[in-house]
Amino acid sequence: MSAAAAEGPLLQVKGLQVRYFTERGTIEASRGVTLHLDRGETLGLVGESGSGKSVTSQAILGLIREPGRIVAGDIVWKGRSLLAADGAAYARRVRGKEIALVFQDPMTSLNPVFTIGLQITEVLRHHLKLGRRAASDRAAELLDLVGISAPRQRLAQYPHELSGGMRQRALIAMALSCEPELLVADEPTTALDVTIQAQILELLGSLQQRLGLSILLITHDLGVVAALCHRVAVIYAGRIVETGRAADLFARPAHPYTMGLLRSTPRIDVVRPRLVAIDGTPPDLSHPPAGCAFHTRCPIATDACMAEAPSLVPQAGGRTVACWRAFTPAWPGEAANRRARG
Amino acid sequence: MSAGFLLRRLGHGIVVVLGVTIVVFIVTRMVGDPVRVMLPIDASDEQRQAFAHHLGLDRPLPAQFADFFAKLARFDFGESLWQRRPAIDIVLERLPATLELVLVGMALALLLAIPLGVIAALRPGRGWDRATVSLSLLGLSLPQFWLGLLLIILFAVEWGLLPTSGRGTPGHLILPALTLALPATGRLAMIARSSMIDELNQPYVQTAIAKGLPLRRVVGLHALRNAANPVLTLAGWELIRSLAGYAVVVETVFAWPGLGYVAIQAIQRQDLVLLQTVVFVVAIMVVAINLAMDLVYKAIDPRIQLE
Repeated sequence: MSAAAAEGPLLQVKGLQVRYFTERGTIEASRGVTLHLDRGETLGLVGESGSGKSVTSQAILGLIREPGRIVAGDIVWKGRSLLAADGAAYARRVRGKEIALVFQDPMTSLNPVFTIGLQITEVLRHHLKLGRRAASDRAAELLDLVGISAPRQRLAQYPHELSGGMRQRALIAMALSCEPELLVADEPTTALDVTIQAQILELLGSLQQRLGLSILLITHDLGVVAALCHRVAVIYAGRIVETGRAADLFARPAHPYTMGLLRSTPRIDVVRPRLVAIDGTPPDLSHPPAGCAFHTRCPIATDACMAEAPSLVPQAGGRTVACWRAFTPAWPGEAANRRARG
Repeated sequence: MSAGFLLRRLGHGIVVVLGVTIVVFIVTRMVGDPVRVMLPIDASDEQRQAFAHHLGLDRPLPAQFADFFAKLARFDFGESLWQRRPAIDIVLERLPATLELVLVGMALALLLAIPLGVIAALRPGRGWDRATVSLSLLGLSLPQFWLGLLLIILFAVEWGLLPTSGRGTPGHLILPALTLALPATGRLAMIARSSMIDELNQPYVQTAIAKGLPLRRVVGLHALRNAANPVLTLAGWELIRSLAGYAVVVETVFAWPGLGYVAIQAIQRQDLVLLQTVVFVVAIMVVAINLAMDLVYKAIDPRIQLE
């Protein structure tokens, strides 16, 4: 067996199913998410609100809480399950150390009553068993790494004394503190204004290259994906509908939902009378539709689509698609326009 | 925090203490008549007038008032009508007993309420939480005089484990402190529970969990520090209510020789001077507690600006 095969992907999510058992019924937030991430790779997980993106990241980090529960599937880190009954100690060791999370909202994700310094050093002291002074030196280095000026002084400051962009940088520094191999970034820029967004994305990109990080970037913003990701996984109604290299997927989307997403992204170089949207709304996940979940909104759906859900099928070029009518243009006129622009 | 803040708060405090003192001065003289209480029932009118003159109670109210404040400015609170010695001496003798009772009672309440509330908040709606809520409601609904008598009947009379009343050994302190603490524990546990539930749902708690920190640090440090201010606000209020209210009931039930008990005795004997002095000292403590609470808030939450 070759070394690469023995090592396998860094992270595998296999058929992950998460359900929320609420008083109003069971919500199937994640209905069998499968994806993998290699070392040094940036994977974009793209979908609308409520599509199961964040649930996936929460499951990876062990943050699913009552009334939510992982009912099936597995999360495998370096070949070992994080969910197995005997894996609890392994999972605790891995989370926060080898896998770190950058949250959506830097305004509320830092504890308001503790200094930035304490919030970074506590990770270093807990996982790496550093002493007070060593932890504080390392924390200053980390703030410097993420481009925060005067890092020594920042350590003594409280979150409310920093700007939004600065707080997100501090959160990234915190996530990087134990030199993680995987950074899970859940909508890291949505709460920030546009110029700061660009800076944070640039920072993530450069960190990825300098530190050889893998990044799982969860977003609804295709622009962010195009800027940063090697590969993309598109998620709809709790299932992955399409994966592939970012360039391929943008050039030639295979799933009608991906086509719809690309089509509805506003473009500065094309004049349109109005914003284009995918008709309809995402399905209610307490009663997911039979067959392909997208058939209710898909312009090219057939009887087969309503009868049976397609599984994720490998295609040429390392792509996978879950669609009975993969690569069929769902909005033919628009597709022609896209190709013409080239 | 600035020197300006402290000066302003000191100014407010003086206004409050003077206001309370004036109200007590006027009300006691409107509703009470020490002469009637202190002289035998068959005393003649001349004797009554002579005694009123001796106490200075025959003069017009504004004149009495001016005299009272002139003395107050020199920290002369006057002589107790009942015990015939400086009222402030009586108050200072009784003060340690009340402080002991109130501080031990409140410490007990906080020590019980915070773990109860925090553990309940970890799993809202589950067994422990429901039990905590029910017991808290029971605790805060019990009238203190009744609770005190119940404890005396059980622990002192039936089982003979603890003394019924008085002060001396640590055993004497247990029942009164418990009587003072239990209703406060109910209220504090409820607020600790609800503010912990709020805090545990905050994103920073998710951050702390995702950092791989142990649960006891996430709950006991990150969330609890944020939940502390509402709990301490109520604890400050409980402390004030205990000093200026509950202690009167509890000390009377247990014959605890503190300020509350002496206040009741002063009222029964129409000892206006002693009552004024008790109220004055309690008012100063209330103002001091409020100021201390503001400083504690600031120490706990750096976002709070004391202006």
